[in-house]
Amino acid sequence: MNQRRQDAPIIAMHGVKKWFGEFQALKGIDLTIGLGERIVVCGPSGSGKSTLIRCVNRLEEHDEGTIVVDGIELNDDVANITQIRREVGMVFQQFNLFPHLSVLRNLTLAPMRARGLSRKEAEELAMEYLNRVHIPEQAQKYPRQLSGGQQQRVAIARSLCMKPKIMLFDEPTSALDPEMIKEVLDVMIELAEDGMTMVVVTHEMGFARRVANRIVFMDHGEVVEAAPPREFFGAPRSDRTKLFLSQILSH
Amino acid sequence: MKAAIGSASACVAALTILPALLSGCSSNYSWGWYVVSPATAVGRRNIEFLLSGLGFTLGISLTAISISVVLGLAVALPGLSRNATARAFNRTYVEAIRSIPILVMLLWVYYGLPLVLNLSLGVFAAGVLALALSDSAFEAEIFRAGIQSIDRGQHEASDSLGLTYLDKMRFVILPQALRRILPPLGNQFVYMLKTSSLISVIGLTELTRRANELVVSEYRPLEIYTFLVLEYMCLILIVSKLVRLLERRMAAGERRAA
Repeated sequence: MNQRRQDAPIIAMHGVKKWFGEFQALKGIDLTIGLGERIVVCGPSGSGKSTLIRCVNRLEEHDEGTIVVDGIELNDDVANITQIRREVGMVFQQFNLFPHLSVLRNLTLAPMRARGLSRKEAEELAMEYLNRVHIPEQAQKYPRQLSGGQQQRVAIARSLCMKPKIMLFDEPTSALDPEMIKEVLDVMIELAEDGMTMVVVTHEMGFARRVANRIVFMDHGEVVEAAPPREFFGAPRSDRTKLFLSQILSH
Repeated sequence: MKAAIGSASACVAALTILPALLSGCSSNYSWGWYVVSPATAVGRRNIEFLLSGLGFTLGISLTAISISVVLGLAVALPGLSRNATARAFNRTYVEAIRSIPILVMLLWVYYGLPLVLNLSLGVFAAGVLALALSDSAFEAEIFRAGIQSIDRGQHEASDSLGLTYLDKMRFVILPQALRRILPPLGNQFVYMLKTSSLISVIGLTELTRRANELVVSEYRPLEIYTFLVLEYMCLILIVSKLVRLLERRMAAGERRAA
């Protein structure tokens, strides 16, 4: 295998199609994302944006087209899938922390089992990342003892403990009370400033404006428009984008 | 500790009240409680003889339930697979096994296996095998329901972290599922204790077999079988209490997490 060139895309999707029964969720997506790039994906509900990022770590299987992540093509090869999942972190709308494990154990489980770290190494790593999301004092608590915002930050730290090359965020603030959205977005902004490759599905347009290199607008399973924030907000080309922006920015 | 005292006193109450009730129900029958009375030498010897079956009843039930839980889990997992062949295996196993009456299974294993596989099992081994096989189909269904009740997000989070299937099951899904299925698992164990009485048919000297043997020599079936009823009641009351305690301890763990 050739060494992947530095400027080669870390995620490359070509003609990706996906059906759920009769319903076509993705209608031929072409999207390439470079190392260190920060992409915000937005669009109305049911537009396929969650499905799109869930295809990147194969939580959903695409039916047609190719997806190459970090030089490895996603196919039925289980070893490939596990390999890619260890390089791709994911943060969910509902946090999905392990409720029967303490915060610390939530963070150390995957590094110990999938990366082969000792307990001591894994705990040091976990504390380092709990510090980065500003809640080291919660290490011994259980997920349900934390607020939503704290839980989501634990979830981010849990993913980071695997030292992924890419972080996927699937509407990370949609299940949060308004006063907790900021603490999660702040952590994500810090992550972006450290150069993490990020693909974020969100309606937080302030975050998009500040952090994204490109905003991808999806509707009915297609990428309608992909542009840097200034262009996207200042001069949207398609009518569907304009309509969406008018709805989402109206208040 | 308090609970153990509770079930012990329940047993004592049953032991004293039940004979009193029985003595009132028929005027023609002359009772012979001396056969199992701790007050007479004969009674004490008989009680000791009857209780000597306890070891096998407990031993066979514990061994069989341990095997059937493992077997049940091994059968449940393919039932949750996306692979149609694996699911078909699960369905076939469950439907086939649970359509065989336990006594029939026991007779077939004990008398049939030596002929079919040239495999002759001792009474205890044949009993364990028959009980474990029969019970495993039910364990499989309990596990399947328990695992299916765990939120899909738990699978997705484990998958996205790159955990292998076995690690995901071992560290994330099963610990949560186990808490939920503890009551039906306890139920199965109680059921197993009672079903073990069937093994008396092939001659294992457990509680029921001992009672049968004593009836033959003492000709006091009503008294002896009443004693047998009480033996099972006490045993199962204690087991139920222990299962409750375990449930409460696990629920406490859950509350601490809540």
